[in-house]
Amino acid sequence: MSETTKKIQQGLKKRYAREKRFRFFGLLSILISFTFLLVLLTTISSKGLPAFQQTYIKLDVLLDEDVLGVNKTSEHQALFAANYGKVIKNSLKTMFPNVKGRKQKRALKNLVSKSAAYDLRDEVIKNPDLLGTTRSFWFLAKDDIDMFMKGKIDRNVPEADRRIKDYQLLWIEQLMTEERLEKRFNTVLFSAGDSREPEQAGLKGAVMGSLFTMLVTFFLSFPIAVAAAAYLEEFAPQNNRWVDMIEININNLAAVPSIVFGLLGLAVYISFFGIPRSTPLIGGLVLALMSLPTIIIASRAAIKSVPSSIKEAAVGLGASPIQVLFQHTLPLAMPGILTGTIIGMAQALGETAPLLMIGMVAFVAEVPSGVMDPSTVMPVQIYLWSDSPERAFTERTSAAIMVLLGFLVLMNLFAIMLRKKFERHW
Amino acid sequence: MPFQTLLITLVALLIFSYFIGHKRSIAVSTLHKGRRNLHSRPHYYGYMVAIWAGLPALLILFLWSAFSASMVTSLTISGLPDSMQLKTHDELGLIINEVKNIIEAGQISNETDLVKRNAAIHYQRLHNISSLAKTVVVLVAALLGLLLSWRMIKPETRARNRVEAVVRWAMIGCASIAVLTTVGIVFSVLFESLHFFQSVPASEFLFGTKWSPQTAIRADQVGGSGSFGAIPLFLGTLLISLIALLIAVPLGLMSAIYLSEYASKRFRAFAKPTLEILAGIPTVVYGFFAALTVAPFLRDVGESMGLSVASESALAAGLVMGIMIIPFVSSLSDDVISAVPQAMRDGAYGMGATQSEAILQVVIPAALPGIVGGVLLAASRAIGETMIVVMAAGLSAKLTINPLEAVTTVTVQIVTLLTGDQEFDSPKTLAAFALGLGLFVITLLLNVLALHIIRKYREEYE
Amino acid sequence: MKTNTTTGDGFNIEINGTVGTPFTDNAKMGSRNCDVFYADKQAIFDINLDIGKHEIIAMIGPSGCGKSTYLRVLNRMNDTIPICRVTGEHTLDDEDIYAKKMDPVLLRARVGMVFQKPNPFPKSIYDNVAYGARLHGLASNRSELDDLVEASLIKAGLFKEVKDDLQKSGTGLSGGQQQRLCIARAIAVDPEVILMDEPTSALDPIATALIEELMDELRQNYTIAIVTHSMQQAARVSQRTAYFHMGKLVEVNATDKVFTNPEHQLTENYITGRFG
Repeated sequence: MSETTKKIQQGLKKRYAREKRFRFFGLLSILISFTFLLVLLTTISSKGLPAFQQTYIKLDVLLDEDVLGVNKTSEHQALFAANYGKVIKNSLKTMFPNVKGRKQKRALKNLVSKSAAYDLRDEVIKNPDLLGTTRSFWFLAKDDIDMFMKGKIDRNVPEADRRIKDYQLLWIEQLMTEERLEKRFNTVLFSAGDSREPEQAGLKGAVMGSLFTMLVTFFLSFPIAVAAAAYLEEFAPQNNRWVDMIEININNLAAVPSIVFGLLGLAVYISFFGIPRSTPLIGGLVLALMSLPTIIIASRAAIKSVPSSIKEAAVGLGASPIQVLFQHTLPLAMPGILTGTIIGMAQALGETAPLLMIGMVAFVAEVPSGVMDPSTVMPVQIYLWSDSPERAFTERTSAAIMVLLGFLVLMNLFAIMLRKKFERHW
Repeated sequence: MPFQTLLITLVALLIFSYFIGHKRSIAVSTLHKGRRNLHSRPHYYGYMVAIWAGLPALLILFLWSAFSASMVTSLTISGLPDSMQLKTHDELGLIINEVKNIIEAGQISNETDLVKRNAAIHYQRLHNISSLAKTVVVLVAALLGLLLSWRMIKPETRARNRVEAVVRWAMIGCASIAVLTTVGIVFSVLFESLHFFQSVPASEFLFGTKWSPQTAIRADQVGGSGSFGAIPLFLGTLLISLIALLIAVPLGLMSAIYLSEYASKRFRAFAKPTLEILAGIPTVVYGFFAALTVAPFLRDVGESMGLSVASESALAAGLVMGIMIIPFVSSLSDDVISAVPQAMRDGAYGMGATQSEAILQVVIPAALPGIVGGVLLAASRAIGETMIVVMAAGLSAKLTINPLEAVTTVTVQIVTLLTGDQEFDSPKTLAAFALGLGLFVITLLLNVLALHIIRKYREEYE
Repeated sequence: MKTNTTTGDGFNIEINGTVGTPFTDNAKMGSRNCDVFYADKQAIFDINLDIGKHEIIAMIGPSGCGKSTYLRVLNRMNDTIPICRVTGEHTLDDEDIYAKKMDPVLLRARVGMVFQKPNPFPKSIYDNVAYGARLHGLASNRSELDDLVEASLIKAGLFKEVKDDLQKSGTGLSGGQQQRLCIARAIAVDPEVILMDEPTSALDPIATALIEELMDELRQNYTIAIVTHSMQQAARVSQRTAYFHMGKLVEVNATDKVFTNPEHQLTENYITGRFG
């Protein structure tokens, strides 16, 4: 064995140890990211899952015509305006007759949500014959009660630090023994708009707002992006300064912070063109500009991958360049373009920062019904709820995140499916 | 006619024009030796007529709608009595706003202030004139276009070429929107920033170390004039971005190396998309997680070690942001590492290098420019990231580089200044645009530099 | 063994084992029953060959015949391709180079390689040559390393041209200089065998001539196996020539004999330019 070989052999052990270490660090880095992802998802879902259930309380309500001041023959208007809160309060009083003091009385009233009165009103309007009878109704429980039922409030904590006081605990125990408390699937979360009361707050407004915003974004960005991509890929002259400028701008815009687009929306769309703030229209306009670069870049790649032999064949048969584009290139590139579009839309769906600038953080309780109605979107709703002090909103925030992630997963799955189904290797 | 009605009318007219264009071309061709004599297929004549009828009218409609509001407003202002003309820009804006509110509420006849009442009447008259004129002009333009193009239909008219020319120009227009967007961004932030620098000197903004933008509502309040020194904001931004990069760059780079050089095909097929999920999670989710889980966790850990960690520490925001940009760094690094020619690796292996030696001594140095470019892009993303810091970093503009303290960032301040109650022309809101300008310039420089480096790098190996 | 040769394109001529003298008495390296597979596709069929000490053996054949693949068997470069599988016995000084206890890193230090395309690392000339020495810890101090770099550059015939530019980037040299740099880099770790995979195919004739001259000098100290697409080059530099055809070793003989009086019809067809 030569001198050199011996020398090399001496160092080998150390070098292989280094090799192993390096490799381990590589794997470790990936595992760290995975761990984080796992922790994030489990935290969110463990926090959010309880929000898909909500506590309801069964009350026997005497729909006393005297207390309500209406009877079966009353006008709709009168039925609508009657004081249903009072009969609910009475029903609670009869159930817990020993409640004394203003504080406790207030607490008693707050066993059920404020929405109980509206629910009762709707029942009565639907069926005025209920008046004068005693019926059992399931009402939405107040958020504190709900939190307690979900084990979020520890009864071993000293009473002073506890949201649910001892006397409330007794009520709850009594309700439980009478089987008047029940957790049910939380339909409010999906059927109501935003509310200041956690138990009444729902996502429907935000979902619809997101939907309208995405519609605006799609109908603006998709045609523009495809036209731009087709031009740059198929028609743009080489070494043209304007074309170079466009290319540089597209690449740069893809990396401009999203909040800057919000400033653009505020200064140009709202202040200059007078487009109403807080609407899906303005949200869609801003997000369309933001998602343009993503879609253009993806569309260009898709158009580029269409083999030139097909285009040449069409040109050889006398088709004009525009005809080739519309009849051959675009249809063949469409799966790729759509995949890129969906990914761009998914990004836009999760975008928050620029929308804060253009007034989509406003509190909107109504569910929007068009692109000109004030509304918010899902990520902004998450931001708003996360900012609310009530405990119950933490849970709802996590649930909203789960819904948002669910939409994103669906969109991405759809994109993957599209790619798998139409993927072609030339 | 309201905008929507007009739009629908135009679309209907468009469709109608297509059909009569189509029909007319066939009719004309039968007079002249049949359809083969027609230069283009009949539907191109349809498109041609539709374009002539629709395009100019639609353009007029959109432009008119976009500019009429500001035109009517400025005309109303100039119609105010001379005594009012002397007032400042802000005061006039307030008056006009009131006038608009009166009109919207339908309270013109109840208004007691004669000047405002007259202005409201004036405004409404102008508005009505504008609206009527718009309707007339748009419809006339559409019909005129229809008539002209209808008369142009002859067998020798090159309808296809005309239509295609329009399509081509439309495509150029679409592509140019990218440039327009940049111009729009530059103008919107620049314009408002210049306003801002009229009331706050640029030197104070750039070099001042105190940031408290609360301007007093009443003159006698304490801290009446806010201070606008942006240094603490930029320092805070830098601190959080640095923490993020310290996490994302090593982890992202090592992940990319492992995935591209070591991992089996199956592991890669699983790990790469899983890693990309991190990039697909909306930033608001990270913000929520940082504020709700990571920050308290760090505070508890700090407490157990006897350190005082702020509940909105820079560390928590930076850490979560770092995790968020890991896939960004790793996918960019993966690209550049894969672009290093196999010959480089072969050279190293042929000399007897182990895999890690080949990677560390040959592949990474060769890929370095590309990796640097990727890191710069990641830095630009960290600097511009908003939601994580809005939710997890604080509002206090402290001049510190201690990662355990709460700091604030440029983006946080922009959001804070522009959400909530605002009057448009106060230095407070304008400051947000100045910050936006700073943010845009910094990220633009980083992006341009990064893209330049990456392109240079690609050219070297392709 | 000859069969029907009417078309002369070589495709209906049988190859039954290797003709000529594949084995020598003073073998430095050797292969017995060598097969190579890429996934399911077999690239090399049953090669038996010895490479003698201090000889230059040339491997020729039409492209895709497996000559480069075989060369990469000899320093286990094929290990870096996951789908590649090598069988048979391969020895270096009677040691089995595919044995478990044989370290590929050590093997590659002993069996150096020069590639088709010059592939200097994107580092300075000095660092390129010093790379192997640093890697394997061959020099204990700076002056030793300096001496080693200088000696290697002198041996590779490059020192005079670059002695003032040692800190300049290796990628800035001309193609021929780059390839000599790669040779210097390879000999700096004092290998026993140097494998050259078409080392001059990317170079102009003058650079080629320089490298060929260099090979002749290197023969004093090293054993060299060279794959080449140029028959003239094989004739100029080698003592023995091996002719490969479609993954099989057809003929091995003294270079003079192969080019003047080949034993196998396929060899003759190839060297007379009927195909290739």
